[in-house]
Amino acid sequence: MPILEGEGVTKHFGGLTAVSRVDFHVDQGEVVGLIGPNGAGKTTLFNLISGALVPKDGAIAFKGQGITGLKPHRICRMGLARTFQSVKVFPNIPVFENVLLGSLFGTSTGMSSADASGEAEKALEFVELSAVSPILAKDLTLANQKRVEVASALATKPELLLLDELMAGLNATEVAEAMELVGRIHAQGITIFMIEHVMKAIMGVCDRIMVLHHGEKIAEGTPQEIATSKTVIEVYLGE
Amino acid sequence: MNTITLGLKKWWIPGLLLVILVLLASLRFYVSTYTVILATAILMYIILTESWVLFSGPTGYISLAPAAFFGVGIYTAAILGMHLPLPVVVVIGGLASSCLALLVGALTLRLRGIYFAIFTFGLVEFMKHLLLWYEIKFTGTRGRFVVLVDNNTIYYMMLAILVVLLLTTYLIRRSKYGLALRSIGEDEEAAAHTGVNVTAVKVITFAISASFMGAAGAIIATRWTYVDPYIAFDPLFSFMPVLMAIFGGMGQFYGPILGAAAFAYLEEVLITKFPYYYMLLFGVILLITILYLPNGLVGLIQRLQKGGWGRRHANT
Repeated sequence: MPILEGEGVTKHFGGLTAVSRVDFHVDQGEVVGLIGPNGAGKTTLFNLISGALVPKDGAIAFKGQGITGLKPHRICRMGLARTFQSVKVFPNIPVFENVLLGSLFGTSTGMSSADASGEAEKALEFVELSAVSPILAKDLTLANQKRVEVASALATKPELLLLDELMAGLNATEVAEAMELVGRIHAQGITIFMIEHVMKAIMGVCDRIMVLHHGEKIAEGTPQEIATSKTVIEVYLGE
Repeated sequence: MNTITLGLKKWWIPGLLLVILVLLASLRFYVSTYTVILATAILMYIILTESWVLFSGPTGYISLAPAAFFGVGIYTAAILGMHLPLPVVVVIGGLASSCLALLVGALTLRLRGIYFAIFTFGLVEFMKHLLLWYEIKFTGTRGRFVVLVDNNTIYYMMLAILVVLLLTTYLIRRSKYGLALRSIGEDEEAAAHTGVNVTAVKVITFAISASFMGAAGAIIATRWTYVDPYIAFDPLFSFMPVLMAIFGGMGQFYGPILGAAAFAYLEEVLITKFPYYYMLLFGVILLITILYLPNGLVGLIQRLQKGGWGRRHANT
């Protein structure tokens, strides 16, 4: 059963069609990858799903409920969390409070502050950052800032997590650690929809991959099918 | 021994605050009327500054609307002062200002940075001219007389408003909404995606902040006895809170209080001692502050606490 579904989703920026009539779906429990060359509209699609942008056309449903045009905080509270390509932590707020914001405001039911603290601690432990919890987020390395972002998304108790280039800018060791983290998140029963440029990562962890090019969906299938697909190779390497 | 130090640490701040409050409350018994009036002005500036910081400090939205909210309070007193008891007038002044803030906030808090500042400043001018037009067209006068209240009552009302404001600020700062406000200032988009209803948090805090400005306006109007739109919506009351907050330093709870008190007192001293040069001196002092004390008086105090001027930290 699809947890996330989009139909004919379209977004223009002036004369540019960033996302054009894209149909997609993510099933409960899946790890779905979204790839495509720069400017293909991947992040725009994520922005449309998370409510940062409102589609011009088309409809998006989460758990069977329409979320098109809802405010980001409403979508987050329904159980759909995300991270950003250009890491968005709260730089001058300690790591713990960064995550606490998620459990205080982002959960569907709301929590007492004691429960929220507990939840934030758990999320920090999960991403292995308990040791730095009193440090300002801006003083962490990029890899750790990305982990803070993930922790604060996890603290909102999501059912679906959108990861926008979690591995971009990380070194080989950090990529391996990030892949392991994605695996553990998935093992918690959280469905994952991820944008990634690191092919090794995406081929390794995804059940299914979607390819965007110039705002249109040009291919979809298992990692094997995508790796051997003629259209995809043409798009990436030229004819 | 350890528990005693701990206990002292826990109680000395509330204790100090209580002593200050008692001193302020009994001020009229051992100082001249002039000092009471001066203290009233200082309290008023502290209210304007602290309520400005309540919203603009954590969110980073620079509001230049204080004069508008202050003026609404002033006109509430001018219109209702003769008919209703003073505390009711003050409360209505606060409510009227917060209603205006709710309306304006809902319309404009999507603007960021300089656009928000300019719009809120425009609000001051708009309110001024709207009232001018109304008064000339419908009442046929330009100004109004405000009910007379004795100086001590004004002082106590001002003090009461300040106490409520400081309690409100303290509670908001340590609540989860304080954290939400800070997250909005740090990265609004991330805050929204973490589940913070950014619009509601901003608009409501803006309205709370405005209500104290309105209340202060309603009570100070009774000291001025005559107001017209030019007096009530003087842009100076928009700039003063910003300058005072910068002067005091916004990093700490007490910074704006310190800044407003020092600034207001300084203004009074300069006006009385150097009536011709006071603006010039004022400007020089402000420039020096911004150049050499970027974190305001609070920054100065912290620097002295850390071991004086000589020590500099490496860039960590």
